[in-house]
Amino acid sequence: MILGFGAAEWAALALSLKVSIVATLASLPLAIWVAWILARRDFRGKSMLSAAVHLPLVLPPVVTGYLLLLTFGRRGMVGGFLEETLGIVLAFRWTGAALAAAIMGFPLMVRAIRLAIEAVDPKLEDAAGTLGANRFAQFRLVTLPLIVPGILAGSVLGFAKAMGEFGATITFVANIPGQTQTLPSAIYAFLQVPGGETAAFRLVGLSLVVALGAVIISEILARRVARKIAGS
Amino acid sequence: MSLSVNITHNFGDFAIEAKFDAGIGVTALFGRSGTGKTTIVNAIAGLFAPEYGRISLGDEVLFDAQKGINLAPHKRRIGYVFQDGRLFPHLDVAQNLAFAARFATIKPAPQETTRIVDMLGLGTLLTRRPATLSGGEKQRVALGRALLSHPRLLLMDEPLAALDGPRKEEILPYLERLRDDNTTHVSIIYVSHAVDEIARLADQLVLIQNGRVVRAGDAFEVFSDPAAVPLLGVREAGAVMRAKVVKHAEDGLSRLRMSGGDLLVPGVTAPLGQEVRIRILAQDIILSLGVPSGLSTRNILPVVIGDIRMGDGPGAAISLIVGQDRLLARVTARAVAEMDLKTGMNIYALVKATAVPRGNISGGT
Repeated sequence: MILGFGAAEWAALALSLKVSIVATLASLPLAIWVAWILARRDFRGKSMLSAAVHLPLVLPPVVTGYLLLLTFGRRGMVGGFLEETLGIVLAFRWTGAALAAAIMGFPLMVRAIRLAIEAVDPKLEDAAGTLGANRFAQFRLVTLPLIVPGILAGSVLGFAKAMGEFGATITFVANIPGQTQTLPSAIYAFLQVPGGETAAFRLVGLSLVVALGAVIISEILARRVARKIAGS
Repeated sequence: MSLSVNITHNFGDFAIEAKFDAGIGVTALFGRSGTGKTTIVNAIAGLFAPEYGRISLGDEVLFDAQKGINLAPHKRRIGYVFQDGRLFPHLDVAQNLAFAARFATIKPAPQETTRIVDMLGLGTLLTRRPATLSGGEKQRVALGRALLSHPRLLLMDEPLAALDGPRKEEILPYLERLRDDNTTHVSIIYVSHAVDEIARLADQLVLIQNGRVVRAGDAFEVFSDPAAVPLLGVREAGAVMRAKVVKHAEDGLSRLRMSGGDLLVPGVTAPLGQEVRIRILAQDIILSLGVPSGLSTRNILPVVIGDIRMGDGPGAAISLIVGQDRLLARVTARAVAEMDLKTGMNIYALVKATAVPRGNISGGT
């Protein structure tokens, strides 16, 4: 026992970090792609896509969790298919927690990255085009380096959301210690038993440290990038 | 490589109707701000698709509205120097240049890169980031970047418009060098609303008014054509002549030899024997029926009257044949009447030496 933490508490922290990091990193490429589409392309159904992306932000998390269970549960349409063909089970597993966290954090990531892309002058992409770079190269070599601060900000938001995600997670994957019990679920569980306040309090402190740490790190990185672009 | 443009686009309150060809050398697109020049070059670059028409470069069709051809900008291999430079802010100068080389279909050889870097004076800037460059430096880098992409055609959209007088003067010699450079030998479309720039740079001139091409032709011809005066602006009108530096006198005046006589002007920096362009504003010329005496004017050229064109106001524009070249003079309609000036008359043109400012004399032709 270090700092008075028990094994269950360490397990909750480790699981939360694993779930949040996987959720953030796995959804990042999709978030960048969707953000780029929303920022740069005009097409029919764009507002539909935007609404769909933002849905988890406005739906009650429990509803999102239940919808996930209906879709990705073992008897759900996608869930059943995944289990049969790839042997992947999401419901009541840590991977399910990661999926729930990713979906809940997705709108926040897309929003931050979209704003960053919109701040990049499309004329720079045009200039890259006249130099012979195709659309993908324009994005990779011009837009992407310039939106790194936005990507970092979006990732931190997504990560923080994942660390704190509770409603959808507990509905979709329940609260199984060592398997699906993330920090918020553990705090909730400790608060349900008499005398659990101290343990809950320690976890609250831990959450605070992790969240603050993530914000500070991203701030430092974003500043470094901004300084590089400013040229000093 | 010859460019052929014939496009139409309707913006509702404004329409572009541009038809012109551009060959080797510098073709200047001249017109006041907001006359659609940038739209036309954007169409050439592939950044804008007009409603109707066709654009071809050499044998290749870049755009054909009817056939649904619209080659993407990155496949056109047309360099573009934008008014605002558009350097990539996250890359230093060397990386900006390397960006162009990376996508060039013909990779520039190291000595080619060195040559362009030297020609544009970029050697000391290579490790700097765009944010730390002056406006003039940015444009030089932008030009170098465009050249290193090995373009078949180079578009320059008001590359000097954002610069003040001295900075302009700093870049113009580079552009002249590029035009006269037989290694690069790139065709240039140069967009500008500044007559002094195009007088120095243009081989061909395309005059644009309200989105329409109103005049196109050899630059020297258009500049000396009385009919083009209203298009260029009465105060800016003036012939551009070719001359050779034959003497630098001790009092600071230089003697330039044209096909039809010599001209004394101050402050020529070009070395002896070099061909220069000289622009003489139409309003700086005085006409005389006989050889005047007792005047301070040092330049008295015997000329033959070409065309006389009465303006809408009190002015008249007159082209003057001097050797193989033509001067352009602007006098009052009253003077034309009272002196009884007629086409074919032998008269004298007086040019005040100091009326030719340094910026109107330039190296190269």
